[in-house]
Amino acid sequence: MDLFAAESQNPLIPPVGEIVVGTITFAILAFVVIKFVFPIIEKTFQERRNAIEGGIERAEAAQAEAKAALEQYRAQLAEARTEAAQIRDAARAEGQQILEELRTQAQEESARIVARGEEQLAASRQQVVNELRGQIGSMAVTLAGRVVGESLEDDARRRGTVDRFLDELDAMSSSTQGDR
Amino acid sequence: MTSSASALASVLAVESDSGGGFVAPSIAEFYPPSIAEFSIFGIDFVITRITIISFIATAAILLFMVLATRRPTIVPRKSQWLMEGGYSLVRDNIGRDVIGPRYKPFVPFLGALFFFILANNAMSIIPFFQISPMSKFALPLVLAIMVYVLYNVVSIKNKGLGGYLKEVAVPPGVPPVFLILVTPIELLQMFIIRPFTLAVRLFANLFAGHMLLVVFSLGTVYLLGKVGENFSFVFAPLSFLMALFMTFFEVLVIVLQAYVFTVLTATYLNGAVEKGH
Repeated sequence: MDLFAAESQNPLIPPVGEIVVGTITFAILAFVVIKFVFPIIEKTFQERRNAIEGGIERAEAAQAEAKAALEQYRAQLAEARTEAAQIRDAARAEGQQILEELRTQAQEESARIVARGEEQLAASRQQVVNELRGQIGSMAVTLAGRVVGESLEDDARRRGTVDRFLDELDAMSSSTQGDR
Repeated sequence: MTSSASALASVLAVESDSGGGFVAPSIAEFYPPSIAEFSIFGIDFVITRITIISFIATAAILLFMVLATRRPTIVPRKSQWLMEGGYSLVRDNIGRDVIGPRYKPFVPFLGALFFFILANNAMSIIPFFQISPMSKFALPLVLAIMVYVLYNVVSIKNKGLGGYLKEVAVPPGVPPVFLILVTPIELLQMFIIRPFTLAVRLFANLFAGHMLLVVFSLGTVYLLGKVGENFSFVFAPLSFLMALFMTFFEVLVIVLQAYVFTVLTATYLNGAVEKGH
């Protein structure tokens, strides 16, 4: 196209050929972009949104889980505390009981010891009395023999005399025991 | 040889002639010599450098988008992140916020529009291309016609033809007397001015941007050839700085116009899906 011929061109009146070419160019771009490019971008946006939402959901789930674990831990702790208190109370009560038992036992024991001591005392006394009775008899006879200067030869007589004497002693001692 | 290059040659030729002054770039900038010409069904097709640039821009952005979304990962790669950011801008900030709750079906079209315009606009400052296909009226017009058809079809679908025309022609809350004025203006606005301004806004921005860049670039070259005359040693660097500044300004225009075109489309669609204004 000649430069001077171009001078007469009106820039606001485009040749039809240019319009057709322009339409085709734009149509090709629009087709590719609408068919392939923008759907991919939209899909990517959707995936990204899902990924972010999924992340938030996971975080929320983890938080809920942690909260549940904390609650459980707290409940267990409270339970353990109650249990410990119960055990302490029970131990205290048991201790008290043991103490009581021991005290009773000790009292019984002491009573028994006292009783046995008394028994022994009585037995010893009886023994002493019996021994003394024999000894006193022979001693008294010997003494009486010496005093009288005669030997009480007659065994039967002698026995009878001694026995009488002892009976009298017994009567005396029993009367004194009754006084006690 | 590109049109800018031929303009550059004419500047240099003038300089060597040392006769005439600076030859400003003309509208010929936008009518580079044809590479191939053919005719199908009586329609003449002229393939020029700008046509090829449009193909390259479209192919490049397509390739980038396809590669960026290939094998997407939950944690995005850099290119994937960039692509998703651009798509999110269109989907959430333009689609959802402007159209409203029924924005979903329009997002793909808005996205295609945004990335197509962005890539083609960007060619205006990319070295060795340095002219945007959008600075030819055909491409913005094509897009505006598509938007026009879309919002009218959606409106008729939602409100019925009668309901739609009534809503446009008789806006609620207008006293009947003023309808004589309001009705023609509203009809004109909805069916003629809207698509026209939509196309012209994009086209004119890129057209003017390219012209400014060429003027200051060629001016720099011209003034450098005249160093020593008429304070050219002062104005040549100034012209160069201006070209640099306009290039950065062009970056803003590239992004902003792609955004504005998409937002306006969304606004029209919002009017189409919502009952009443």
